[in-house]
Amino acid sequence: MTELSRKDMLEIRDLSSEEIDLILNTAASFKEISTRTIKKVPTLRGKTVITLFFEASTRTRTSFEIAAKRLSADTINISASTSSVVKGETLIDTARNLESMNPDIIVIRHSAAGAAHILASLLEQSIINAGDGAHEHPTQALLDMLTIREKKGSIEGLTVAIVGDIAHSRVARSNIYGLTKMGANVVVCGPAMMIPKEIERMDVQVRYAMDDALRDADVVMMLRMQLERQEKGLFPSLREYAQHFSLNRDNIGLAKDDVIVMHPGPINRGVEITPEIADGPASVILEQVTNGVAVRMALLYLLSGGAK
Amino acid sequence: MKLVLRGGRVIDPSQGMDAVADILIEGGTISRIEAGISLSKADAKDALRVVDLNGAVVAPGLIDMHVHLREPGFEYKETVHTGSEAAVAGGFASVACMANTDPVNDTRSVTEFILKQARLAAMAQVYPVAAISRGQAGEVLTEFGDLKSAGAVAFSDDGNPVADSGLMRHALEYAAAFDMPVISHCEDQGLSSGGLMNEGFVSTQLGLPGIPTIAEDIMVARDIDLARFTGTSLHIAHVSTAGSVRAVREAKAAGVSVTAETAPHYFTLTDEALRGFSTHFKMYPPLRGASDVEAIKEGLRDGTIDVIASDHAPHSSVEKDVEFVYAANGIIGLETSLAVSLKLVHDGTLTLQQLIEKMSVNPARILKIPKGSLAPGCDADITVIDPDRVWTVDAGAFRSKGRNCPFDGWDLTGKAIVTIVGGEIKYADPGVKI
Repeated sequence: MTELSRKDMLEIRDLSSEEIDLILNTAASFKEISTRTIKKVPTLRGKTVITLFFEASTRTRTSFEIAAKRLSADTINISASTSSVVKGETLIDTARNLESMNPDIIVIRHSAAGAAHILASLLEQSIINAGDGAHEHPTQALLDMLTIREKKGSIEGLTVAIVGDIAHSRVARSNIYGLTKMGANVVVCGPAMMIPKEIERMDVQVRYAMDDALRDADVVMMLRMQLERQEKGLFPSLREYAQHFSLNRDNIGLAKDDVIVMHPGPINRGVEITPEIADGPASVILEQVTNGVAVRMALLYLLSGGAK
Repeated sequence: MKLVLRGGRVIDPSQGMDAVADILIEGGTISRIEAGISLSKADAKDALRVVDLNGAVVAPGLIDMHVHLREPGFEYKETVHTGSEAAVAGGFASVACMANTDPVNDTRSVTEFILKQARLAAMAQVYPVAAISRGQAGEVLTEFGDLKSAGAVAFSDDGNPVADSGLMRHALEYAAAFDMPVISHCEDQGLSSGGLMNEGFVSTQLGLPGIPTIAEDIMVARDIDLARFTGTSLHIAHVSTAGSVRAVREAKAAGVSVTAETAPHYFTLTDEALRGFSTHFKMYPPLRGASDVEAIKEGLRDGTIDVIASDHAPHSSVEKDVEFVYAANGIIGLETSLAVSLKLVHDGTLTLQQLIEKMSVNPARILKIPKGSLAPGCDADITVIDPDRVWTVDAGAFRSKGRNCPFDGWDLTGKAIVTIVGGEIKYADPGVKI
């Protein structure tokens, strides 16, 4: 496979393992561009990329913008606070207006699951989902898989523990789809009220105790604990959470010796991960960020027609 | 004006009738029903109209006992006129409209207004359902006696549950004193709030907050216990879960006076339809899993579920063409309900007689309205059905203002071809010669 024959990148769920390989291979080859003195190639010259962010984001929006600029695309950022959204315009109206200005790719992040699908079904442009509610965050899973592949050589056969608020996590969903497609054994772990119903049917194992999830893990992926996302009264306190679901010096030893520690960011130091682990030798958190640019470059390139 | 319906297959479960017969209608009521009615010369010149039905099914006028006509307050979604026009186009001679208008139908003046609009529309017969509680706020009972004398036929806070068990108890007892049914929207909001679809594998995959089946089951169980304790009658609206079906079945066996309805989407669609995030599949209660669908069908088959009602809930594009989370709950059903329900006849779940019971005879009995029968002397409310007509749903062509139809584009088999209300033809398919 040398090209991606799809208009949009909405979810990992409908990607094949061949497509994932293609994206990761392309991303790997693009990484070198970001190490040059002049970090720019003309690949997407004359293309326009709009990033439409209805949710606050620094990392993902910046990553997309840098990725587009390194490929010489023109980029426009629209964030909810400066957009017509506050004037009561609907998402569909916003999309139609953007379409009328003939961009090539629209990157959207939205708090509503399915928001990227609305755009994709209405617009001719390629839509990249940069996170829709608790549904999916495909570029995060791709950069996570690129990072794992770099560190471990291959994803197949690895045991990956994903720990935290699985129910509200689009990162968890996209990674579950991607990692299981690539042959990893995925274990999810969190407080019972944060484990959604029937998740076993996504081919994962469920653990309710952190120690059980960490045992013999090759990769530990910690999720950001957002108490504000919880229904009122659903979880007692951050203190309770940190005592039972944080990755720390004491429990990391249960994982394999060469375990790598991942986090989609931004991290809550002292909540789901202690500082010495976040900054320690097993942590690949900043490499994930570096790979984010490469993966997004690859997607922008492939969705623009790739080598054609 | 006299009207003769010739040569239809008359199915009237109220009199155990299934035979080819002619029906003579005079002065808005059914005067004769027998094979081969011969007309005297005097009859023939008395402005007589004869409709030849060629074996089409003739049923007592269908009744949809659960619709939202949106007037007053939400005329941009639907009016009594457009809603009752949609009703007759779908084969419904009567509809009962829920009270969640603005203002809520909790006073005589609102009930009277709805009835006045219905008279002006002169399409389907409209029976207002009044609110149980003032403003549907779940705190103070409405004036049941006054509302009954104004023309309300039942009480329901539909759209909202009656969370306070004490208030629900008093509603059941007080309504029983007026011989009026109470229709319960069963939802434990402690379990359902924040939810957007059925809780299960699909909600887990889509990352949408779930509404568990027990949010319904627990309230059904509570209301059955209240009916048992008070010795009153209870009707449960829009049953969607296997647990509710089981609870109603057991309650009936134990002698509790409970009846139940479901809607066509609950025995036709599952939560798998939510993949793709189309808001035309978003309603309350939500579409459930395949095992619930099977349980609903079994409940219809064995008589646990008495009624099929559409829960016709029109919304405008302003409320539906938005992100899934922001979209209003509800779908329209008046113009597809019969055809979608006929699937149950085509697949052998129900006989045509049973379907007509659930869409006419039983709702009339539960609402205690003088409908649901073709016996001589009854109101001439009649639905003529071609059960084999194949047609394609085109929501854009509906009489309803709503376009929020999950069956748009579906090929369906079976259709109402004539709807007669009070002896007057209110709808006739273009293919019928009248």
